[in-house]
Amino acid sequence: MLLSGSDILVKTLIEQGCDTVFGYPGGQILNVYDSLYTHQNEINHILTAHEQGAAHAADGYARTTRKVGVVISTSGPGATNLVTGIATAYLDSIPMVAICGNVPTTQIGSDSFQEIDITGVTLPITKHNYFVGNVEDLADTIREAFKLAKSGRPGPVLIDVPKDVQIAKCEYEPQPQVEAEKAFAAKDVRIKEAAEYINKASRPYIYFGGGVITANAQEEMLTLSEKIDAPIGCSLMGLSGIPTDHPRFLGMQGMHGHFASSMAMHNADLIISLGVRFNDRVTGNREKFAKGAKIIHIDVDGSELSKTVNAVCGLRGDVKLTLEKLLPLISENKKPKWQEKISALKAEEENYLDTREDLTPRKAILTLNKYLGDNTAVATDVGQHQMWSAQNLTFKAPRRFVSSGGLGTMGFGLGAAIGAAFGTKERSVLVTGDGSFGMCLNELATAVSYNIPIVILIMNNGVLGMVRQWQTLFYEKHYSNSILGRKTDFSALARAFGADGEEVSTPEELDNALKKAFEAKGVYVIDCKIDKDEFVLPMLPPGGSMDDIITQLEVQK
Amino acid sequence: MNRYTVAILVKNQFGVLNRLTSMFRRRQFNINSLTASETESSDYSRITFSFDGEEENKKQLINQLYKLPDVCSIKELSDENSVKCELMMIKMKNSSTTRPDIYAAAEAFSAETIDYSRDSFVLRLIGQGSKLDDFITLMKDFEILEICRTGTASLEKGGSVLRQAINL
Repeated sequence: MLLSGSDILVKTLIEQGCDTVFGYPGGQILNVYDSLYTHQNEINHILTAHEQGAAHAADGYARTTRKVGVVISTSGPGATNLVTGIATAYLDSIPMVAICGNVPTTQIGSDSFQEIDITGVTLPITKHNYFVGNVEDLADTIREAFKLAKSGRPGPVLIDVPKDVQIAKCEYEPQPQVEAEKAFAAKDVRIKEAAEYINKASRPYIYFGGGVITANAQEEMLTLSEKIDAPIGCSLMGLSGIPTDHPRFLGMQGMHGHFASSMAMHNADLIISLGVRFNDRVTGNREKFAKGAKIIHIDVDGSELSKTVNAVCGLRGDVKLTLEKLLPLISENKKPKWQEKISALKAEEENYLDTREDLTPRKAILTLNKYLGDNTAVATDVGQHQMWSAQNLTFKAPRRFVSSGGLGTMGFGLGAAIGAAFGTKERSVLVTGDGSFGMCLNELATAVSYNIPIVILIMNNGVLGMVRQWQTLFYEKHYSNSILGRKTDFSALARAFGADGEEVSTPEELDNALKKAFEAKGVYVIDCKIDKDEFVLPMLPPGGSMDDIITQLEVQK
Repeated sequence: MNRYTVAILVKNQFGVLNRLTSMFRRRQFNINSLTASETESSDYSRITFSFDGEEENKKQLINQLYKLPDVCSIKELSDENSVKCELMMIKMKNSSTTRPDIYAAAEAFSAETIDYSRDSFVLRLIGQGSKLDDFITLMKDFEILEICRTGTASLEKGGSVLRQAINL
């Protein structure tokens, strides 16, 4: 059938299984919005308050559903407003397709009104991007973009569509949804090599990241862990990958990781790393990182192998398929001495836990845990509250921790929580700080407009807590520009947006507020007052090693 | 630090060189020569570049190249498995005092004169990059007005071709 570019665009999205898109209209994307209007029974468009929020929402939607998140914006500022959202998705390998309008091809390159070279701008933060110059190429470009976004190591892909391409007509034939490129296992010789190292190890530690969730390799990983009697730790991106209360699980590792998890990794003689990339927040000082351990690294992206730390055995391949081939080569054995050490580390960790009875950050998250359903997605922003959440939240199902790991995007959370609520079709939770929340709170309007149930827990300490923590420890308490001291009344603000909320300053008040919030029909904002000098502990000082770990400070003993 | 030469076949598309150089820049690969041109098929361009670094840098660079959807095949070209060639034009100041010495060197390097005027002349040299480097070193004793080099072009010895090198 002969269709306009904009109709083809919308029909191809539908053909690719996309039923929810996030976005914001504008001059150069009007034709696409006209087609969205025509097809509103087949595809649901969520209008956000700002394009950045739309990008984060598409990201949150993708993280919770395994689907490709789709975001649409106009040219120029609409497109540049997506940049932080696209970069966030890129650093965390989240499949996303971003579609931007642009000025007609005849005006490209002439600095027209709202013209920006968005393919140039997003070159380093997309897996790939396209400028569609002919309507004949449009449908196939979108299909290719979906394929790329979800194949191998997923990531965002951007498509720039000039207005005249949206208007021009050509033949369109619907096609089936594209499949991701076929996943492959690592080479047999490498798998054999890895098995030899694993069978020889006496203190193995399994370390996994977002790649295990993407590859859906939890089961194989747990089987491996049982077979070789190894503890499991994860990166921030791995959280929710396996149930928090799994007996093998020691928790997150790294700068603010669990003591036992980080220490076990430090003491291991073999680190079996699955779908991780050894970021600096994980390794600390690379020279001193896990010196006694050999590293086996399985990742679908070959460029991650030995990128930052040297692996004795690097396996490029899908984590699930590679583990499937590896498992039969692994001999089963118990390691009582290693388990003894792990138990001792766990017991030591107990001593460091913050057990104060007042409204401490840990207390707040533990209280929140009581209300989380098995399927509840929890989004966070970035900073101290994110680390407290990572350390203390309990998860039962994968893809339920939605947090900006790689880019560390303050302002990510609210948009992501909206996307997560659409993705899970149930109430989502946002844990945020007063600093992060202040960045993109405009999306309260979106959540209220669509009547999305979201519980927002603001850890309000009146300061940029993580910045303050560093300034306390490493900058002689020079609290340069980290004291907010704003007069914002968050519960009144919630009401101004048409939501509801309250302020709490004791554990009992928080408990009551959470009860109300989880019964509320829409958005409920809890302004949770905490002390400005709470610390995230343990802490591995930047550039330090496990020998430098800070587990307790005077104030919190 | 070693010098590596890598040849790749890329889709002959708008902006493909930009995608490549953008990756080199943001990952801080130290590229010292790069040539690009259409090939026997108008669907593909061949890009040959050389860069300085360690073995790990080279591995990382090749792994990063794999990730660019426009890159179709990649081959590392060593001195053993390939023939390499570069063209240079060098414009020298023309003066009666230096001319004989320059021409003696030019003859030794088989350089050809392709332009001659009262004030200047242009020599053309073809050969391995190191040979061109040596010639430039000699010419530094005189007055060099301008230099233009094409960068290394390289083909594998024998019958194998880049198109078959790696099936991505």
